[in-house]
Amino acid sequence: MFDVTTVRGDFPILRQRVHGKPLVYLDNAATTQKPQAVLDTLQRYYAADNSNVHRGVHVLSERATNAYEAARDTARRFLNASDPSEIVFVRGTTEGINLVAQTYGRARVSSGDEIVLSDMEHHSNIVPWQILAEEKGARVRAIPMSDTGELRLDEYERLLSIRTRIVAVTHVSNVLGTVNPVAEIARIAKARGIPVLIDGAQAVAHMPVDVRALGCDFYAFSGHKIFGPTGAGVLYGRRALLESMPAYQGGGGMIDQVTFERTTYAHPPNRFEAGTPNIAGAIGLAAALDYVTTIGLDCIASYERELLAHGTEALSQVPGLRLIGTARAKTAVLSFVLGGVHPHDIATILDRGGVAIRSGHHCCQPLMARLGIPATARASLAFYNTRDEIDALVGALRDVRKVFA
Amino acid sequence: MSDELQELYQAAILDHSRHPRNCRVIEGGFKAEGYNPICGDRITVHVRLDADVIQDVSFDGSACAIAKASASLMTESVKGLTRADALSLLERFHRMITAPPYAPLEELGTLTVLAGVRRFPTRVKCATLPWHALRVAAEARSEGVSTE
Repeated sequence: MFDVTTVRGDFPILRQRVHGKPLVYLDNAATTQKPQAVLDTLQRYYAADNSNVHRGVHVLSERATNAYEAARDTARRFLNASDPSEIVFVRGTTEGINLVAQTYGRARVSSGDEIVLSDMEHHSNIVPWQILAEEKGARVRAIPMSDTGELRLDEYERLLSIRTRIVAVTHVSNVLGTVNPVAEIARIAKARGIPVLIDGAQAVAHMPVDVRALGCDFYAFSGHKIFGPTGAGVLYGRRALLESMPAYQGGGGMIDQVTFERTTYAHPPNRFEAGTPNIAGAIGLAAALDYVTTIGLDCIASYERELLAHGTEALSQVPGLRLIGTARAKTAVLSFVLGGVHPHDIATILDRGGVAIRSGHHCCQPLMARLGIPATARASLAFYNTRDEIDALVGALRDVRKVFA
Repeated sequence: MSDELQELYQAAILDHSRHPRNCRVIEGGFKAEGYNPICGDRITVHVRLDADVIQDVSFDGSACAIAKASASLMTESVKGLTRADALSLLERFHRMITAPPYAPLEELGTLTVLAGVRRFPTRVKCATLPWHALRVAAEARSEGVSTE
C-alpha cells in the first residue's frame, strides 16, 4: 500500500524549512529530489568501487564494469527493451536527442526532407532538429494542438509525407502535463515506414513505460527527473537502427580498431559512448530506477492522479486563476496564470512562503507563442508531494492576491 | 507576509508597474531591446537625444512587475540628463540593488524604492533589464541587448 509519509522519509532534502516555512517542493518537472538509496549508492561506489570501466584487469575495474553494465540491464528492464545493447548511457534527454539527430538524422536526412515535431515540444526536441535541418536543407514541421493542449491526430496524419524522415514528439508536455497518445502516433508513422523518437523526460517518473508496447524506435529520458543524479540519462534505440547508425562522438571506448589510416567502430551501445562515461551517474540512476520500481509506477500513477484531481479542484477555486493545459490525459503538472500578475512575481512571493514552483516559458517558446502568453507559473508534482502541500500552494497564492489586490 | 516581500512590492512599485510612466514609443529616436532569455521578458527602451542630452525617453514591452516599475522609474529619472550622467546613475543603481542587505543606502531619489531587490538576488536581472537597454539606446545605437 502506498504511504506518502513513508516515502517522504526517504528524501532527506524534504526535511527542511526555507524562509522559516516548511519546504514545499513543487518543481519536479525541472528536477526531482534524490532518495537516500541513491545517495548511499553514489557514496558506496566512490568509497569502495571507483575505477574506470572496460579497461583495467584489476579488481576495482572489474567491480566498476560489472556495476555499470548491471545498471544498463536495470534500464533495459525498466523500459522493457529486448537487449541491454539497446540502452545507450547519455548525459540526459537533450544529449539523447542530439545523438539521434547527429547520427541517424545526419545519415538519413537530406535536402527537401521533413522532420515532424509537435507544438508542445521542449527546446531540446526542437533545436537539435533545426540544426540538422539547416545543415541539410530540410524542413521542420509541427503537429498542431487544440486549445486544451491535445495534439490533433487528424492534422498529424496530413503532415506525414514521403519526405518525412523522422517523427519526434514528447510523451508528456512539461508545461501542460498532457500525456500524448504516443503509441498511436508511432503506429501511424510506422505504417508509413517512418521511425519515431519519443522524448520521455516528463513521463518516466509518473507512469510505466514499455518501449515495445509503444512501438517507438528511440526513447530518451534523463535520470535527474526520475530521482537519480544529474548528468546521467538513457537513450533507448531499437537494435537494428542502432547497428545501422554512424558513430556520434569519437574517442576511447567506441572503437574496434584504430590505425592512422582507418578506424572501425565498436557495436552498440559502446559505439555511442566515447570517453569515460558517467559511471557513478549510471549506477546512481539504476538505484533510482530500482527505487521507483519497488514502490511501483502503477501505485505512483494512481496516487498522483488523486493529487492532480485535488490540485485542479483547489486551484480552480482561486479567483482570477486560469489553468493552462486541461487535456483529458494529464500528469500532475499544474500550469496557470493569475489575473495580470506576472509569473515571476508569483514565484517570488510563493518562495517566501516556502513553496518552490517554476515560472517562465519553461524552454517552450513556440508553445507559449501558440498559447498567446509570455509565461506561466507551474507547479509540478511528484509522488512525495501531499494534499497539504497543494493547500499550502493555494494559501500562498492568497498572499499573491493580497500584494497585487 | 514577510517584511522583505512588503519592502519589495511596496506601494510605489506596484503603482509604477500598474500605471507605468512613459510607456510609449518614440518615433525617430534610438531604441534598444532588453531581453532576458531565461524568462522571456522583453523591454524596449526608446530615447531621443539632443546633442548629449536625453530629451525624451520611454519604454514598451512585456515583463514582470519589478522590471516594469524599474523601467517606469528609470524614464522619470534620466529624462533631461546628459548621457554621462545617465550612465553614472545606472552604475549607482546597480550598486544599490546588488549591495549586501544591511549596507547603508545611497540616496537615489525615487529609485531608492527599488532597494528591496537587494534581498532577492534572483530578481536583480529584472530590475536591471531596462537599464541595459537604455545604455545601448543612449549610445545612439539601435540594437538588442541580452541579460545573459
